[in-house]
Amino acid sequence: MTSSRTAGSRGKWLVSGPPLLYLIIFFAIPTLIMLAASFRTPGEFGGLAPLVDETGKLDVNLESYARFFTEPVYFEVFLKSVVYALVTTFCCLLLAYPLATLIARSAQRYRDLLLLLVILPFWSNFLIRVYAWMIILGPNAALAKGVNGVLGLVGIAPVPLLFSSFAVLVCLVYVHLPFMVLPLYANLEKHDQALLDAAQDLGANAWQRFWRITFPLSLPGVYAGAALVFIPALGIFAIPDILGGPNDTLIGNLIKQQFLETRDWPFGSVLSIVLTLAALALAGIAAWVAKRHADAGGTIDA
Amino acid sequence: MHRPSPWLWVAAIAAYAFLYVPLVIVVVYSFNDSRLNAEWVGFMLDWYRKLFANEEMLRAAGNSLLIGLVASAVSTVLGTMAGVAMSRYRLRLLPVLVLTPIAIPEILMGVSLLIFFVLLNLTLGLVSVALAHIAFCIGFVAIVVRARLAGMDESLTEAARDCGATPWQTFRYVTLPLIMPGVIAGALMAFTLSIDDFVITFFTAGAGTVTLPLQIYSMIKIAVTPEVNAVSTLLMLLTLLLIIVASRLSPNLFRSD
Repeated sequence: MTSSRTAGSRGKWLVSGPPLLYLIIFFAIPTLIMLAASFRTPGEFGGLAPLVDETGKLDVNLESYARFFTEPVYFEVFLKSVVYALVTTFCCLLLAYPLATLIARSAQRYRDLLLLLVILPFWSNFLIRVYAWMIILGPNAALAKGVNGVLGLVGIAPVPLLFSSFAVLVCLVYVHLPFMVLPLYANLEKHDQALLDAAQDLGANAWQRFWRITFPLSLPGVYAGAALVFIPALGIFAIPDILGGPNDTLIGNLIKQQFLETRDWPFGSVLSIVLTLAALALAGIAAWVAKRHADAGGTIDA
Repeated sequence: MHRPSPWLWVAAIAAYAFLYVPLVIVVVYSFNDSRLNAEWVGFMLDWYRKLFANEEMLRAAGNSLLIGLVASAVSTVLGTMAGVAMSRYRLRLLPVLVLTPIAIPEILMGVSLLIFFVLLNLTLGLVSVALAHIAFCIGFVAIVVRARLAGMDESLTEAARDCGATPWQTFRYVTLPLIMPGVIAGALMAFTLSIDDFVITFFTAGAGTVTLPLQIYSMIKIAVTPEVNAVSTLLMLLTLLLIIVASRLSPNLFRSD
């Protein structure tokens, strides 16, 4: 018995050891180093200042944190990123809900295909999906000409569609939409149609059936989708970088700037940690709300 | 049965159009006889010819392929081990380390690996990019393999043990053949993710190394050119092929139930 248990334990380490070691070295340690770097002083030529200077003083301080909280411009960028991510989440929800409902209600044999059609664009290269919007929103494309034609009729000066907050938001919604559809579908698919039949028999109209039954029951799916959209959307830098105007600097762009242009690692690390904490907090809230919801046994009568 | 209302169809079709029209436009304009990606002029293949004469682009494609092969090979081995370990044993740390890289914004992994590699004095290039790609691909392979194991009959491995097979023999001759479709699907997924990755590559590649997404990025930062449409079309075709093969091998890969 003892020998088989030690063999089992050896097997456990043989199987889990290598991936564990790899992820400790190339994920956990770099993350901890970044955490440590946030308490240091930037080096003269980028990177970090020596840990111990000539006078023997240890380089540990909160200056980069102080900078984030005292210079309003950085906090404003963070807030703007949160707003962009919230708007993206909301728009994704509006687009995903009918789509997920339709897939959940279509015949079983079409569901996998309809679902695959939602996921497929996600598998095309991220930059290609951003680039596509450069074409669509470009000044010479039909859309910009049409919009500005209409604006011209009512006497409004032409607006550029590309390199604007509008372009950033449209593309944010575009790349994150599948993340909202999947958890919503997974939830809606499990709904018991008898509830809707019963409501109809009791005289509830289509809107009442949706708002009083389907929507409250789908909230766990909504929360899961919201977390899956909000978290990556909060950290995005390539979309504002490519499609945004000068006012569309988000926290991802600031982080990129600190590491690749200003080369201020400590401040870049502080921004990254703020982003991590915001993402974790949101994931935590989503999980907590979903759990509370589940504990309440669904709130059909709410 | 509540039949979907016509409005639902309209909204869903609009959502599908929103998903596909942009990609269709990229593909269509790659065959367009015009420098401007603005209106259809006529069919031609010049942008593809230009693409295959573009040395920078070819070198970038070569780098992407090399990194993709190395990263998918290593991450498939490590990810399979992680998937097997997670379904077989009660582990605390491994699932956290496997799943967090997938859940957090990509930029965080990019910048922390940048600091790490620079502090280690590792010259940024093909090696650092491959090491980074392995780190984020492990989780995806592990999830696919674990899903495959979840549907497996435990009694098969028990039977093998009872017949005197060592744990290694049990794995090699019973478990591995059974999870093979999942392993291959995971490998194809890892290859696709590696080939397509922009954010983490952007931070870990350094100045001298260019992959396909980095090349596309620098091209679209300068100007919109149909050459980008052509390379995008080819890349989409490659991804599509890989995904079709992967989903054939592991039919549950794209099912949410």
